[in-house]
Amino acid sequence: MHSHLGVYPSPGVDAHSDGNEMVDPVTAQAWAEHAVWPQDPGFETALQGGITAMQILPGSGNLIGGRGVTVKNLHSTTYQAMKFPGAPQGLKMACGENPKGFYGGKGQAPMTRMGNVAGYRQAFADAQAYREEWNKYRRELAAYEKKQKDSSGKKKDDDDKPPSPPKRDLKSETLVGAMDGEILVHIHCYRADEMAIMIDLAKEFGFKIAAFHHAVEAYKIADLLAQNNICGAEWADWWGFKMEAFDGVMENLALTDMPKNSCAVVHSDSAEGIQRLNQEAGKALVRGNRMGLDISREHAITWLTLNAAKALGIDKVTGTLEAGKMGDVVIWNGDPFSVYALAENVFIDGALVYDRANPSTKPASDFLLGQYETAVHVDNGGSAQ
Amino acid sequence: MKALIASALALTASHALAQDILIRGATVYTSTAKGTLTNTDVLIRDGKIHSVGSGLSADNATTIDAKDRALTPGMFAGLSTVGIQEVTQEPTTDDASIGLGAPAYEMQWRPEFDVSVAYNGRSVLVPVTRIEGMTWTVLNPGIAEGGNFLAGQGAAVTLDGRQDAVLDGSRSLFIDLGGDMNSHSGGSRAAQWMVLEQAVHETRNRISDEKSLMHPLGREVFARYLAGGRVIFNVNRAGDIVKTIAFAKKYGIKPVIAGGAEAWVVADQLAEAKVPVIVDALNNLPNTFDSIGSRLDNAALLNKAGVKVTFSMFEDSHNARKVRQLAGNAVAHGMPKEAAVTALTADAADIFGLGATRGRIAAGQVADVVLWSGDPLEVTSLADQVWIAGRPVDMRSRQTELRDRYFERLKRATAN
Repeated sequence: MHSHLGVYPSPGVDAHSDGNEMVDPVTAQAWAEHAVWPQDPGFETALQGGITAMQILPGSGNLIGGRGVTVKNLHSTTYQAMKFPGAPQGLKMACGENPKGFYGGKGQAPMTRMGNVAGYRQAFADAQAYREEWNKYRRELAAYEKKQKDSSGKKKDDDDKPPSPPKRDLKSETLVGAMDGEILVHIHCYRADEMAIMIDLAKEFGFKIAAFHHAVEAYKIADLLAQNNICGAEWADWWGFKMEAFDGVMENLALTDMPKNSCAVVHSDSAEGIQRLNQEAGKALVRGNRMGLDISREHAITWLTLNAAKALGIDKVTGTLEAGKMGDVVIWNGDPFSVYALAENVFIDGALVYDRANPSTKPASDFLLGQYETAVHVDNGGSAQ
Repeated sequence: MKALIASALALTASHALAQDILIRGATVYTSTAKGTLTNTDVLIRDGKIHSVGSGLSADNATTIDAKDRALTPGMFAGLSTVGIQEVTQEPTTDDASIGLGAPAYEMQWRPEFDVSVAYNGRSVLVPVTRIEGMTWTVLNPGIAEGGNFLAGQGAAVTLDGRQDAVLDGSRSLFIDLGGDMNSHSGGSRAAQWMVLEQAVHETRNRISDEKSLMHPLGREVFARYLAGGRVIFNVNRAGDIVKTIAFAKKYGIKPVIAGGAEAWVVADQLAEAKVPVIVDALNNLPNTFDSIGSRLDNAALLNKAGVKVTFSMFEDSHNARKVRQLAGNAVAHGMPKEAAVTALTADAADIFGLGATRGRIAAGQVADVVLWSGDPLEVTSLADQVWIAGRPVDMRSRQTELRDRYFERLKRATAN
């Protein structure tokens, strides 16, 4: 969960910076999938780390950054061929320092956390009004159609025209999708108090939060998250790079997982971290058990399989090894929580898409082709080219 | 409260009062030619390793039964900003870099800038890092906006919390090269070599032109590095690494390559020139055009070629403790495990001129040691106990305090 592969690809040059449409604090009309560069070499390194599907989100510079997309990690020339069949889109929102820091620094709203919340509320209030406009139109259209049907065969009244539909507003359309539950809400939020405020916001506007992302302080309110069926998508150990990340603890995932009905997810927003979510889970697992929690390996693996699938609304088709589910499977060469573990075979939809014993001699990414051809693939101690 | 008292004792106990410590029956990663010794005892006296062997005894020693657990030298936390940067994005807490704002055509080098002067032994990052088994780090000056590609000096510090923490003989100069520095060198990496040559010329010829690159004091400092001082060159592209080796050789500098994404390409040249390399072993993507050839077995290939290697997280100092995971991944991709442990201990100490006193478990070395719950490079192992200069570290940090406070709260909240 929470990848920026394709929207912040390697190499990280200016021309590739496609993850944050920071021209307005609310850009709900922007879709991450329209910026995904399928040639990002990060897709194939993630595959070698056992990643079969991922959520790609816009960045966190805006209050409402736009729609996220869930893809299968299949190499393709177009993003359309990567889209996870039937997966709902996500809505990316962001709390805290990023939006207020960027826009406030330019003398614009939001400049404060007050401004952040005012910004979300106004956007959703506008979307409510927009939804009402459409509902009104649909009622009028239905009435018109009924009238036309009732009067069929009779003499037509020339003045009786169908109602005109409202102009589409792509920004509000996305937010209406979120309020209607068709688009799952994913919120970048570090501090416990801000997460509680976002839960209030969701109640005010009648949407459900699928997950808080990064959620460095989830351990302070793990019970509140569980009560509201909200997942916590977290790192094992990142902290301290800004004030809202200063209270990080290495037991965050284990504590998020502690209440009944909780949903802890190991996530990474970096092209490095996504390659070894298994190791991140290993770190969280051992920290939890050291403090006296009794977390089994079978349970901890759900942090990067079933729970992630739940948060993305795809748990009916992937996330567990059960008859009838998609054949998205990884075979490891040892304990998957070990630093030494490597994915031997990765299957997507039943097809073997990575075989460590028989790696292709050429990179999947066009970008790397013809550069250092061994850069990504020869990683087993072989000699330099 | 118990923890507080223990902590106070750990900090105030004087050498005279320090008790001998006998660690019995450990699997000792010596980081010496002796390799890894099973069922071995280590006796610590007066802050130093007194002896390593079997059946050791000492009157009145605090005895720890290691039960075959791994004992390693205290690990190197990489090049970092631990203690010089509390919250990365808060400028008032960040002393790691300077940018004096001179335009490129009036570039001012300040090699006399020594970032270790800003070190805060009471930083919360110090306990956070050391309870994970890292007992020392090297403070890495950074380059701020308005700065240039010569960052200044840094030095190794012990992480026992003392204020006067710099380790003698470790001071080094830091110079960053390559495409990332184009905006700090007038737009071209060629200008970086031009300015480096200018610096040498100016230092040797003792010019006093007011348009000079350095102040007299700066020239004095730079001259010390031209006389065999250690310069850490942060550089990734293979061709730039080769140029760096040649430049250092020409002017008598002792170079260390940091970053080194494409170092494997020129591994033989690095080995021949005896130039060590500090890598992020998780770097396998072409983050920039200078690191197109990044690969996971960089450390393994360098080690195989006979290059001294160690690991660093570089900018991500809040997670400097992750170096252990870097070393583990290097092993997963072909580096021998013992070599990877040595890389984080003895090799790192040797690179920074500390090898005579630190980095090994051998008689006479400073007793910076770590007892691990399992394999010292495994992500599912923890440091059970860390000793710095023979004193047990209180295995707590602000993070463990936060954890305990909210664990208790959560236990009550989820009790029913």
